[in-house]
Amino acid sequence: MDQFIARFAEALETDPAALDAGTEFKTLANWDSLAALSVIAMIDEYYGASIGGDELERARTLDDLRQAVAAKAA
Amino acid sequence: MTSLHSSHLHDRARAKIVDLAAFLPAQVLSNDALAALYPDWPAARIHDKTGIRQRHVAAEGETASDLACGAAQALFARGAVSAGEIDFVILVTQAPDYVLPSSACLLQHRLGIPRSAGALDVNLGCSGFVYGLSLAKGLVETGAARRVLLLTADTYSKYIHPQDKSVRTLFGDAAVATLVAADEAAPAHAHESIGPFVFGTDGSGARDLIVEAGGFRRPGDAASACELTDASGNVRSAGHLYMNGADVFAFTLREVPQAIDALLDKSGLGRDDVSLYVLHQANRFMLDALRRKLGLDAARMPVCMEDVGNTVSSSIPLALIALREAGVIPTGARLMLVGFGVGYSWAATLITL
Repeated sequence: MDQFIARFAEALETDPAALDAGTEFKTLANWDSLAALSVIAMIDEYYGASIGGDELERARTLDDLRQAVAAKAA
Repeated sequence: MTSLHSSHLHDRARAKIVDLAAFLPAQVLSNDALAALYPDWPAARIHDKTGIRQRHVAAEGETASDLACGAAQALFARGAVSAGEIDFVILVTQAPDYVLPSSACLLQHRLGIPRSAGALDVNLGCSGFVYGLSLAKGLVETGAARRVLLLTADTYSKYIHPQDKSVRTLFGDAAVATLVAADEAAPAHAHESIGPFVFGTDGSGARDLIVEAGGFRRPGDAASACELTDASGNVRSAGHLYMNGADVFAFTLREVPQAIDALLDKSGLGRDDVSLYVLHQANRFMLDALRRKLGLDAARMPVCMEDVGNTVSSSIPLALIALREAGVIPTGARLMLVGFGVGYSWAATLITL
């Protein structure tokens, strides 16, 4: 999870120390449509998984997102 | 049978791209002007993410066919061909003058192209230039036409709500005229100068990039004109351009590398046998993500959209013109062109200029 959070933080250009598995990432100050694209690119690059807008919409916390990625990558 | 077939082909010249010329509307939309409308997006951030400094925007009453006319006249002025020598017009546009007739017919008359010429519109967006090349090549290499005027022209700005930053920051209006003609000098067995092609279509993504109202499935009416604000603060009605950026981006990352590999496979080539990969100039962010995924150097996958934005079907030929003017296309170099977007529709081909 730590590595996923670190990569997520890098995509959002934010401090990983401020994030944890329970972070509701769409409430973050710098979350917007461009941030969403950065996260889609990060997930594609590191996990080879294609995450679309619906999956981002359904995920509430970073743990939800990580699980969605794991399900896709499997 | 085989010999009959090959001798038949001997009469057919290979198609090639002979020349290109562009036309941009005079009006310019800067990042500063956009930043003034969208408080969360400073001009520097728009530039940083999109790679776009400004876009050209058609004036009120200035249509895609006007831009196409300007591009064709610029092409004729360069001297490689005159209007009287054109025997087929293909206009790629999603902003026709009228529901009917085809804008290509209007342009035949307006440009003084002979009445013996064929003319048709192709309703495709960001994949349209590559599709247009495939049609032009088919016409030339079957002997149906000798000099095809391939026009790409769009005015997405007219579909965009002024308060929709998701698309207004990206799209610019433009037209390019490309002459695809029989290469009289090349023997019929010469290496093809356009092709082969790979195509792709996935209509399940139709709603991700759409102007929903105004056709016959949803005629424009009072309800379709109702403006709504989405979660990101963007305003639009069903009569405006809508883009699901996340899904379009995911589609691109999924399909474009596969299309490139499929074309290399079909051509029996490796990644390094292609000098330049000229992709649809969607935005810098998307091109950078694709480039990393493909493992290509920045020099081999140019980004040429800073002063024009995403110009839909004209983005690839505009990039070709910019690269030609910069003198970075080696003689005889093999270029891969990849168009992708609205439809979803995509296509890739190889060319030599």
